[in-house]
Amino acid sequence: MSNGYHIVVCGSVVPDPLQTLEPIETPAGPALKNEMLLPAVLDPWAAHALYEAANLAAHAAGSKVWLVSLGAKAKLRQVMMTIAQKVSFELVPIDGPASGFADAHATAALLAEAIQSITGLDRSRLLLFGGWESASRGAGVTMQLIGERLGILDQFQGVDQLRVQPDGAFEILERIEGGRHQVSLCQGPPALFGWATGNLPEPRNNPQIGMANMRAIMPALQRAKTAAPAPDAIRYRSASPPKQQRQTRIVKNLSAEEIAREIVAWIEKA
Amino acid sequence: MTKNILLLAHLDESGNGLPKAAGEALGAAVELAKQLNASLSIGLIGGDVQAAADSVANSGAQRLLAVMGSDFAQPRFASDLLAAEALCRTASADLILAPATSRFLRALPGLAHRLNGRVDTHITSIQVVDGAVCATRWFYRQRIEGVFQRDARPWILLLDSGCHEAYCGPSGKAAIEEIAVALPSEARRTTIAGIRAPKSDSQTIRPDAALLFVAGAGWTKKQPDGKSHPEQAESLILGFLRASGASLGGSKSLVDQSGENQAVLGFMTHLNQVGQTGATPRHPKGLSTCCHGEEPHVVGWRFINERRAINLDPNCGWARGKADVLYVADAFEVMAKVNDLLKKPQS
Repeated sequence: MSNGYHIVVCGSVVPDPLQTLEPIETPAGPALKNEMLLPAVLDPWAAHALYEAANLAAHAAGSKVWLVSLGAKAKLRQVMMTIAQKVSFELVPIDGPASGFADAHATAALLAEAIQSITGLDRSRLLLFGGWESASRGAGVTMQLIGERLGILDQFQGVDQLRVQPDGAFEILERIEGGRHQVSLCQGPPALFGWATGNLPEPRNNPQIGMANMRAIMPALQRAKTAAPAPDAIRYRSASPPKQQRQTRIVKNLSAEEIAREIVAWIEKA
Repeated sequence: MTKNILLLAHLDESGNGLPKAAGEALGAAVELAKQLNASLSIGLIGGDVQAAADSVANSGAQRLLAVMGSDFAQPRFASDLLAAEALCRTASADLILAPATSRFLRALPGLAHRLNGRVDTHITSIQVVDGAVCATRWFYRQRIEGVFQRDARPWILLLDSGCHEAYCGPSGKAAIEEIAVALPSEARRTTIAGIRAPKSDSQTIRPDAALLFVAGAGWTKKQPDGKSHPEQAESLILGFLRASGASLGGSKSLVDQSGENQAVLGFMTHLNQVGQTGATPRHPKGLSTCCHGEEPHVVGWRFINERRAINLDPNCGWARGKADVLYVADAFEVMAKVNDLLKKPQS
């Protein structure tokens, strides 16, 4: 493709997976205890989407990558310190809640509005990337809702591979049941891709890319609009962590043979 | 007040019947319609839906609607969305239940926007509390369970598989109301080229298996002789999968090694990954090997009922209330013995 792609990646920040999460009640609904103090990371599947976007852009001259991210400004700043060193992109930040309890419909409306306001974005060359499901809400609906708002009719979810064909069409592998992929052929942009893991390793930190990115990211963060998603009619009755704690029997003194017998008996027990 | 419930379903890959998850969603819809004293309709999407419609003809549904034809046989966002929209508008449903299949998870969120409704996915149960419909689902990757309700209608709920008894009733002769949907050219920009299985010498992901077998990064680490033995690990794991019929899962650290040029298990892909950034499969039993049982991995075990683990570290995560039994042992030795026992004819 001579003019390349305009790739917009939607990705938010989530608590570091190693943190213990404890829900609390607030007047606005459930939230995480000490949410602002929890270290954050870029949502894992959205991060894969960003790496795939950068890789695709590197192989299609004239392409450009934007990262549209909704989150608390302080959290975005913290996460960008790391992510900005990975790949080149322009940040479009929105200062707002990134809670998993926030409604996907309201979040999608904010993200779609931010995408529509990107200066110079050519919608005929638009590839909308994002994580298949977030590590917070984990619903897998926000991307489709944004796509609908932007009028994108070719949408793919659980994407592990996107290959550009010689004629400019895309071959897409989407995850389906049973550990398999559905293979689709799409004529080209505009299209939406909710990425799963993809095939690329996490890029190494590159301080030069980091410095170049941060020159634009810091002013963008300062200018970030504060947005509160419109209140929705979702009402939580409860939000609680699972209570089940197992009484683990620790078996230390059995031989491999004895353990094997016990395991086989357990497997074969109906 | 819910008056009309619509159960949306698509045909399975055979093109004849309904997926198992659709039967479960129908079971939930039938139960809910009774509780709410609401009317139930069924909307089917597929090539030729007559056989599938016949299988649910005695479910008590007042209407059996269908969008059918070759244009709607394949899972594709644009055509599935148009078909589902036509069915929902015809049924005038205020509550729409559907199975959380990959096909519907792709398409139905867009439907909510078109109907000016709301959608929630990965629903694990639906209850009626004080006359209001409440849904339950997990947040933060199976770490917090939330119960919620919405006032907005239509409300689309996609139910996860394995969470409800499947509808089971006698077949009959269904009278289908076919809804005609014309597919515009812009909805045909995508074509389906087929299904591809992961690169492996055998299918290792078996959603209906009774046992989940998880391999951790320890399988590729140095053993007491100072060397790693990935070939032996592969042989033991594949041998066990063949003998037991288990489904294979992997920890993120093991799956990621393929991208880091370390010793890898050739059949292990990201599709096998279980945990925070992987799958949360449903199996009655799970056996973890060479995996430390850290929280980001174990959240993927939320729906595994009986859990056992083999690890050399008696203080690993599994020991802290995450497994029923932890065997402190060398997984290479134990699994070799397990394979021997499984191969022997049982007395």
